[in-house]
Amino acid sequence: MQTAILAVTLAVLTIIGFYMGRSRSVSVAAGNLRRLHSLPGYYGYYVALWCGIPAFAVLATWLSLETTIVETLVIASLPETTQALPESRLNLLINDIRNLASGNIVSREVDPELQAAAERYQSLRQTGFLAAAAVTLSLAIAGLAWGRRLIGPGLKARNQVETVVRVFLIVSSTIAILTTIGIVLSLLFEAIRFFALVSPLEFLFGLKWSPQTALRADQVGSSGLFGAIPLFSGTLLISFIAMCVAGPAGLLSAVYMSEYAHPRMRAVAKPILEILAGIPTVVYGFFAALTVAPFFRNTGAGVGLEISSESALAAGVVMGIMIIPFVSSISDDVITAVPQAMREGSYGLGATRSETIRQVIIPAALPGIVGGFLLAMSRAIGETMIVVMAAGLAANLTVNPFEAVTTVTVQIVTLLIGDQEFDSAKTLAAFALGLMLFCVTLCLNVIALHVVNKYREQYE
Amino acid sequence: MSNAVATDVQVAPNMNGSPRNASEAVAKSLKRRYAAEKRFRAYGLVAIIFAALCLAILLVTIVGKGYSAFTQTMIRLDITLYPQDIDPDGTRDPDVLSTANYQKLVKQAVQDLFPEVTNRRERRHLQEIISPGATYHIRDAVLEDTSLIGQRLVIEVPVSDDLDQFNKGFISGDVPEVERRVSDKQIAWFNRLKDRGVIISTFNTTLFTAGDSREPELAGIWGAVVGSFFTMAVTLLLSFPLAVGAAVYLEEFAPKNRWTDLIEVNINNLAAVPSIVFGLLGLAVFINFFGLPRSAPVVGGMVLALMTLPTIIIAARAALKAVPPSIREGAFGIGASPIQVVTHHVLPLAMPGILTGTIIGMAQALGETAPLLMIGMVAFIVDIPGGPLDPSTVLPVQIYLWSDAPERAFEERASAAIMVLLGFLIMMNAIAVVLRKRFERRW
Repeated sequence: MQTAILAVTLAVLTIIGFYMGRSRSVSVAAGNLRRLHSLPGYYGYYVALWCGIPAFAVLATWLSLETTIVETLVIASLPETTQALPESRLNLLINDIRNLASGNIVSREVDPELQAAAERYQSLRQTGFLAAAAVTLSLAIAGLAWGRRLIGPGLKARNQVETVVRVFLIVSSTIAILTTIGIVLSLLFEAIRFFALVSPLEFLFGLKWSPQTALRADQVGSSGLFGAIPLFSGTLLISFIAMCVAGPAGLLSAVYMSEYAHPRMRAVAKPILEILAGIPTVVYGFFAALTVAPFFRNTGAGVGLEISSESALAAGVVMGIMIIPFVSSISDDVITAVPQAMREGSYGLGATRSETIRQVIIPAALPGIVGGFLLAMSRAIGETMIVVMAAGLAANLTVNPFEAVTTVTVQIVTLLIGDQEFDSAKTLAAFALGLMLFCVTLCLNVIALHVVNKYREQYE
Repeated sequence: MSNAVATDVQVAPNMNGSPRNASEAVAKSLKRRYAAEKRFRAYGLVAIIFAALCLAILLVTIVGKGYSAFTQTMIRLDITLYPQDIDPDGTRDPDVLSTANYQKLVKQAVQDLFPEVTNRRERRHLQEIISPGATYHIRDAVLEDTSLIGQRLVIEVPVSDDLDQFNKGFISGDVPEVERRVSDKQIAWFNRLKDRGVIISTFNTTLFTAGDSREPELAGIWGAVVGSFFTMAVTLLLSFPLAVGAAVYLEEFAPKNRWTDLIEVNINNLAAVPSIVFGLLGLAVFINFFGLPRSAPVVGGMVLALMTLPTIIIAARAALKAVPPSIREGAFGIGASPIQVVTHHVLPLAMPGILTGTIIGMAQALGETAPLLMIGMVAFIVDIPGGPLDPSTVLPVQIYLWSDAPERAFEERASAAIMVLLGFLIMMNAIAVVLRKRFERRW
């Protein structure tokens, strides 16, 4: 709340800076605006930038470092014995101090020591905020005065403002790269820590997955096995089922829409597919878990088949429905891109429409279609909510679609929901799985995009 | 494909013979070829009908499961608000009033409905027909109007979620007693109450005003809606300027070199990275490295902003590309600087397209769940968040949480929440369509 007020104050100062700069430039020009290098508005922006950028930069730095600094100081003030505690217990303690300071419920007895620490925490935060407020406000006012002082007829305000705008544009275009680097580094960093605990060979080729790390050495059934093969096979099984649904349905509907459908039919069918694409995955998950899975189980029971209520089939079919529009829109694109001359040549030889489609158009569009399938496959592998809600948790190594299997994404979610210490193999395993997921989908995407682009060039 | 190939093979040898033979062979095969044509066409139609049918089934089951969540079964209780129970000293101090033992009053009122029930176990069983939230209803009524103290109050309070489900017909009285969540006794009591006319069905306002709760009849989506709002606000504030900046740079200023190629490849790949990976990024970088609070809409908004950036950048670039070069040349011709050309002419003309892309990106972000699970927005949160730093959850995550809950009443509420979510999405997409229709220009 305090921070919000500070930010708004700074914003107001910045706006004031704009008007001050503008009026200042007009008065410097002494009524003859042609004496100015730039339009008055640019002087306004100039002062506003001087006022706003340093102040907001300092504020952002403070906000991102505040917790770390305050906590370090609080820990430093604790008794030596407490400081020597292992990291996880220290974190719990800090959590309690924070809760106590903000008046929440605390999980342990409140002793005077804790009380003192909480008060210290609170006072440090307050001091920190006051210092930050003082620094940012004075920076803003100083920037305002400085910017205003610089204004003169010779100041190239427009060029300077435009330089700042250009820098902003360049910085925002590099966000994409920074994100990728961030993803790779964060996954890699945690995965390396995981592989220090569990050998990569065991992870990649192990056949047993039961990540509950043993609490005691002699504990039964919780040996903490990290063999990811059952997860990969489960993921592939569900994705395969999904592609069995989405592949034919998506491709055939794309063929129908681009080659046969009346424009009026197209006007109805296209939005239907777009709606399917726009439905959130959690809704599909709900549908899979509470409608499709029971339906399959009951039907199976009716014909004497035992179908698990968390069967791979239910998750796979619903995921297939979800990616139909994906397959169909890419296939539609590539089919429409096949030159008309090829169709006409085929008709001229006496082929029927379906013969043309099957023997001319689809072979011609095949690379594009394959690319689309690969993209859809990567979508299916990375899909999370449907499998979290409808697939199982037990890592069964099976290809039977009626049994419950688990997937990479399900395990990432289950490993990371709930308690978290950042040094147990359990949580780190999620990052190793995430790294695998990222690499596999990235490869599929790169190959698919390459294939699709190659194909496009061929007919352009 | 094999059909057609077979046709060719059959026709081919006859080609060497007389033309009459060939045309006969063709005429003979025609029927089969046309049948194949028809079949193929039917396959396509079936595929589309299959997709449409799936959509229809999906929507129908959700509406069918969820429409009943909009009503709530209430019971009209006759409660005497004894002053000695609520405010023995007569101070009317709000602290005293809010901590008074309303449960005792409710218990008494329920007991008075069936004075003939005297057995202790049965009495306790009888109390279970009322929602534990009834006490809050009475407390709120008292806090609002202290003059009620000492009087008789007729108030409508929710019945327990199981009886609510029974009243809506989802729990059948025909199944054996052990297999259903309401007992024969409760059903008998309930039916007698119904005959007395104190059971009523009202619009479920709790669903739209309350936060989450362990009791289905007290749970609402408002907390999640507010959380979604804060998350979306952060997402929009971050992703819109950054995406427009990136698109403008790449489309208008960037030199064609390896660096910009790299950026483009990156954007395309990010658009296809599984959303859960963005959640891992948020967890590792924003929460563990920068120490931002868990479960907060700020972090959720930042993660979703990174996720929607590629979508908006791609749409914005398409919109910028559609502005004809003559506009730029005209502006340059009258002496505008490159930035002025963009900010004064190109951007305003491209804005409808950019906004359409932004809305579609935001709609995607609004329905996204997986990355938010990673950053702890799945916590059970009762309070309505007051700002983007408060712990909160979002609408899709609320749906996920409720559909996992064992009570059937939660399933019904999850369906209702889905309807609300789909309503928002339809609204956003409709705005995007209108924007595109109204402001789209063709040069």
